[in-house]
Amino acid sequence: MTSWWKWVGVATALAVAACSPQGDKAGDTLRIYNWSDYIDPELLTEFTKETGIKVVYDTFDSNEVLETKMLQGGTGYDLVVPSNHNLPRYITAGAIQKLDMAQLPGLEKLSPDLMKHLAAFDPGHEYAVPYMQGTVGIGYNVDAVAKRLPGVKIDSWKVVFDPANLAKLKDCGVYFLDAPEDMYAVALNYLGKDPNSTSPADYQAATQMLMKVRPSVRKFHSSEYIDALANGDICVAVGYSGDVLQARDRADEAKNGVKVAYAVPREGSQVWFDVFTIPKDAPNTTAAHRFMTFMLRPEIIARASNFTQYANANDAATPMVDEEIRNDPNVYPTPEVAQRLFVTTTKDPELLREVNRQWTRVLTGR
Amino acid sequence: MSGGRSRLAAILPLLWVAVFFAFPFALVAKLSLSDSVLAMPPYAPRIDWSQGFEGVRAFLAGLDGETYARLVKDRLYLDAYLSSLRLAATGTGLLLLIGYPIAYGIARCRPGVREALVMAVILPFWTSFLIRIYAWIAILKPAGVLNAALGALGLPPVDILNTETAVLLGLVYAYLPFMVLPLYAVLERQDESLIEAAQDLGATPLQAFWRVTLPISIPGAAAGALLCFIPMAGEFVIPDLMGGSETLMLGRVIWTEFFANRDWPAASAVAIVLLATLIVPILLFERQQSKVLK
Repeated sequence: MTSWWKWVGVATALAVAACSPQGDKAGDTLRIYNWSDYIDPELLTEFTKETGIKVVYDTFDSNEVLETKMLQGGTGYDLVVPSNHNLPRYITAGAIQKLDMAQLPGLEKLSPDLMKHLAAFDPGHEYAVPYMQGTVGIGYNVDAVAKRLPGVKIDSWKVVFDPANLAKLKDCGVYFLDAPEDMYAVALNYLGKDPNSTSPADYQAATQMLMKVRPSVRKFHSSEYIDALANGDICVAVGYSGDVLQARDRADEAKNGVKVAYAVPREGSQVWFDVFTIPKDAPNTTAAHRFMTFMLRPEIIARASNFTQYANANDAATPMVDEEIRNDPNVYPTPEVAQRLFVTTTKDPELLREVNRQWTRVLTGR
Repeated sequence: MSGGRSRLAAILPLLWVAVFFAFPFALVAKLSLSDSVLAMPPYAPRIDWSQGFEGVRAFLAGLDGETYARLVKDRLYLDAYLSSLRLAATGTGLLLLIGYPIAYGIARCRPGVREALVMAVILPFWTSFLIRIYAWIAILKPAGVLNAALGALGLPPVDILNTETAVLLGLVYAYLPFMVLPLYAVLERQDESLIEAAQDLGATPLQAFWRVTLPISIPGAAAGALLCFIPMAGEFVIPDLMGGSETLMLGRVIWTEFFANRDWPAASAVAIVLLATLIVPILLFERQQSKVLK
């Protein structure tokens, strides 16, 4: 009996040792939770080489997943990357902590325009440092779409929101984002309504419109479309700008004859920005600040943009970004394009529930 | 000492049920009666221990069945239950049709061959479940292995990925061992002489199977059906990866409540109702089992 208990004791001690955080090692580890396909892995290696801080890097593909984990607390992450319209909810819930601006040299290089936008979500710039910005638009396989919609210029939401048009594209594969807030923003805008409407009736109208096109949608998913577009498995995706452009590059690299392009429709679209924030219970805030400082360096963030194909928020970095990226109006919107872009505001929980309920109707078709 | 041991033997299962079933169940039940709020964690009320007894009373007063009322009011939930149960039932039926001949065939083999065949059933399950599901995606996708093979044979391509057919295929594939193994266990134990006796009494092989083997194997079929039906009804990964968005299943509904709506009480209520639904077949099985033992 005694020896049996001894073994239980040993096993328990081992289990506790294995499960507890590695005490003194926390100081040289940085745990980041970021969007999928959203950083150049080489930058992480360089950061480790420079600072000696080991990076543990996990990814998600929806704001919903991130927010749920954050509200639960105890994620163990030091740095997370939510989008602008979710930020106020994090602040209200007390899920993130104020940044120490003294530890963040280089903030002054951030674009004043973008910081002005951000102030609506993070008044006084206390909680967040912007990382990248992008738009929601149409990614498409140039040849496959041209064959099915000859002579049609892909510059309107009509391509995907007009049932007759989308039906012609059904056979070559259509993906929509599974991101209710983003999809309703562009759908409302297409219908000529306020993309930030708070009236359930507007969302119902958008739902009816989406229900008419959904028979032609193969899948609602927020990250699979990158590979699917690149492989030629699908020909149209309503997706995020940088992700579509990554698909274009992957297709080019694979030399599989697939030509992918991206368009911000002329009716206008949503622009969003993702920001670095530190969870309330982050174990290593010093490392998080050092990483943000690293990413604030123009030559570093320029390389990040070269990889992700998203515009960064750093004015000083723009000249260092690859020419074809910084001159692409789909990545760095020209003033003309910028005029058509709008920012999504934060929804209260009740409206959010209504929007998600409507979205489930769209997803399931009933 | 031995008295202490037997008492321990009686307490351990109870303790097991308490720690791994009753306690989590009570937590989820409590959560299902709460309200969702924007806070960390995102529900209220919570017990304010500093208030002592008053705190607990205030907490209990804050619980209500509002979430359940919503489950009744919105058809989405009923539809999701029905469609989950329908898919799980269809899957279980297919598994019985496919699993039974496999188990029967294995049980009728020579002893050495038998073990090898059982191994062959289990072996694929040593690789990661996710990788096997992704392999199915590669097979079924429009420009995938299946359509390449069909094309080579001059047959028209099929497009079944992201449909309910694909979900059923994935379910049947993933749960096959859970059907074959319990069936094999009863069929392998069956006394050969029973069949010989039936044939001596003039039964054809088919009659012998129908009147002797099949009734004996029912407990195995029931165990396999339960092992498959219950997890299939709550399955999330297979419908999410292989199904289209119109495949409405409870796993997905719970996911939406938990992640998209950040409504933990609603997710908990859906889970509680699912559990209650699934307890019925378990109880029926228990009763049937105890009848067999008598």
